[in-house]
Amino acid sequence: MTVTVNPENAHTLSVLVEDRPGVLARVSALFSRRGYNISSLAVGPTEYPSISRITVVVNVDQQPLEQITKQLNKLVNVIKIIQLDPRQSVSREIVLIKVKADNDSRTSILEIMQMFRAKVVDAAPDAVTIEATGTADKIAALLGMLEPFGIREIVKSGAVAIGRGGKSMTDRALKGL
Amino acid sequence: MTGNTVTGAESLILSLEHAGAEVVFGLPGGAILPAYDPLMDAKKLRHILVRHEQGAGHAASGYAHATGKVGVAIATSGPGATNLITAIADAQMDSIPMVVITGQVGSSFIGTDAFQEADIVGMTMPVTKHNFLVSDADEIPMTIKKAFHIASTGRPGVVLVDITKDAQQAQTTFEWPEEVGLLGYRLPPRPHPKRLREAVELMLTARRPVFLLGGGVLRGRATKEVRELVDESAIPFVTTLMARGALPDSHPGHLGMPGMHGSVSAVSALQRADLIIAIGARFDDRVTGRLDSFAPGAKIIHADVDPAEISKNREADVPIVGEAAEVAVGMLKELRAALEEDDPRDYEAWWSVLENLRETYPLGWTQTADGYTAPQKVISRISAISGPDSIYASGVGQHQMWSAQFIDFENPYTWLNSGGLGTMGYSVPAAMGAKVGRPDMPVWAIDGDGCFQMTNQELATCVINEIPIKVAIINNSSLGMVRQWQNLFYNQRYSHTDLNTGHGTRRIPDFVKMADAYGCAGLRCERDEDIDDTIRAAMEINDRPVVIDFTVSADAMVWPMVPAGVSNDEIQIAKGMTPEWEREI
Repeated sequence: MTVTVNPENAHTLSVLVEDRPGVLARVSALFSRRGYNISSLAVGPTEYPSISRITVVVNVDQQPLEQITKQLNKLVNVIKIIQLDPRQSVSREIVLIKVKADNDSRTSILEIMQMFRAKVVDAAPDAVTIEATGTADKIAALLGMLEPFGIREIVKSGAVAIGRGGKSMTDRALKGL
Repeated sequence: MTGNTVTGAESLILSLEHAGAEVVFGLPGGAILPAYDPLMDAKKLRHILVRHEQGAGHAASGYAHATGKVGVAIATSGPGATNLITAIADAQMDSIPMVVITGQVGSSFIGTDAFQEADIVGMTMPVTKHNFLVSDADEIPMTIKKAFHIASTGRPGVVLVDITKDAQQAQTTFEWPEEVGLLGYRLPPRPHPKRLREAVELMLTARRPVFLLGGGVLRGRATKEVRELVDESAIPFVTTLMARGALPDSHPGHLGMPGMHGSVSAVSALQRADLIIAIGARFDDRVTGRLDSFAPGAKIIHADVDPAEISKNREADVPIVGEAAEVAVGMLKELRAALEEDDPRDYEAWWSVLENLRETYPLGWTQTADGYTAPQKVISRISAISGPDSIYASGVGQHQMWSAQFIDFENPYTWLNSGGLGTMGYSVPAAMGAKVGRPDMPVWAIDGDGCFQMTNQELATCVINEIPIKVAIINNSSLGMVRQWQNLFYNQRYSHTDLNTGHGTRRIPDFVKMADAYGCAGLRCERDEDIDDTIRAAMEINDRPVVIDFTVSADAMVWPMVPAGVSNDEIQIAKGMTPEWEREI
């Protein structure tokens, strides 16, 4: 099951938040309360111990996107939000895929993996588990190629994204505070 | 003040006092018991024991509205806290500054489904401006400081502070912090000068401009500044349900209230305007009607302290983020500067259209078919006799709309109602809170027979604590607004709206006997000729609350009306009657 995303409307928001209990609930609840669907969400620590960064991919038009950003900004634990321009940023997802593999198919699978620079992280007589990272497009393509072999299980992270160039979002957000 | 060793509970009371709280409305229970012990000896803090936590919440809200101070309510964990949720959602929707303190089970019990445990922080996340769970006594002063700061600044709102029982019991030191220290919370910016200039340019060249004044004018304590701007501009204005009284009704530029039950002049002014200057108004569905046909020819200047309100419902041509008072002052300055250069204003044709509408379609009511008293008349007479130096708090429904229409508001902060959430039962506790804050003014609860039965237990609080409010029950023996919709849209099938409290019923309950049981004065008025004398008798009683049972006709309806989901152009002045628009411009 994959979420169909209109790439025109897929927007990546980077949200710096105070690392407090419940902050993730506040952010995700805001999306559902205001009637917006999250395509993916990833959260983790930053270079500052008290600050976490949430990367949210949301599939909406420009006008509701502005409304989401303004509403998020009102959350007291939210420090800064930026919308990442896909051309000016790098976005990655990680996926672990368990594919059926026997002596006949294993070589073909390994060839496909090489094309996508994916790795084998576990192997069994009847399956291999593959780790791949990349953009959502690349991962979708890899999954398409592996489909005929029989995919047993998939687990995928939300996208994490960062702006290109030397500037730091966190530094800029915390400057002057 | 430094370093006194106290309990967390004592630290809480000291913190509330340092934050400037003078009154708290509450009801104790297990998890807040430690806090109630030092509360008994508090010197600067008056606690008023309510009969239901919802009453505490609405009372704090009414107090905040009437005084401009932060209202405070306190309750225990679990059901005490959940009983507050309606009042919290209500105050948050109407941007009332309020701090709510709840006890929580001991921190080691959290998550175990302990007795009277409820995740009140989780439950109130969507209906508060912010909330906190405190399980460390040392954090109490800073959290209370933050709570008051967040509740009262920017767009005001509700902040809930949930404090575990062990944090209240623990030893700590009390020190009132100097700084608030909120990383992600910033005060609103000053209005952008370029935007203010753009706004004034539009105002000068518009031919059909109108101010849309919302509740933000009151919440921003900006009535004086907005008045000066309106006067200098010579532009007419409407006051929304939340802004009634922000500028006097008697002001020659006032066109009335817009919206579903607004005056023809106010609704039409917005529909026909070429420029709407909204200050502290949020283009609520009850004001706009069908959004895509609202004010089709108008450019929008939208000033609001909350950037998320701007262009949320209606796209703004000139967005201005800032405090209402600063926006008004800034616009006035730009306006005066521009007028010194040149005065291109030409609103003459517009004024004549509006004056014609105002004269042709004044608010009014017709005689009732059953011969019983018209409820509008009762409300109109209360306004005339008690006067504009009184506070009026209404419940929700027909009597609320009639109060907004027929009370003459001349002063700000004299009209309290549940505008956003539409909470039946708001009136009595809100009036109680207002009276505590403004004991010098007569405070009326204009209530419905349905609403009154939801929160009248606070009459006990009023009697015991000597809070002499006056309750006028506009008793039409039914859930009147629902009945009106059943009449208009459900073929007069009155499904479950009969309350049996009025004419020709068993009067369950008998409101006069009920008043008597509570130790209030109880009066009944059933005929037109007794209205004035009854109101005057109530005005004379100031040593206890008065409850007047005005039994009125059940068939009276609120007009004008724009049915839900249709264009404001479809406004009806009576059933099936729309104004004639021959004088189009």
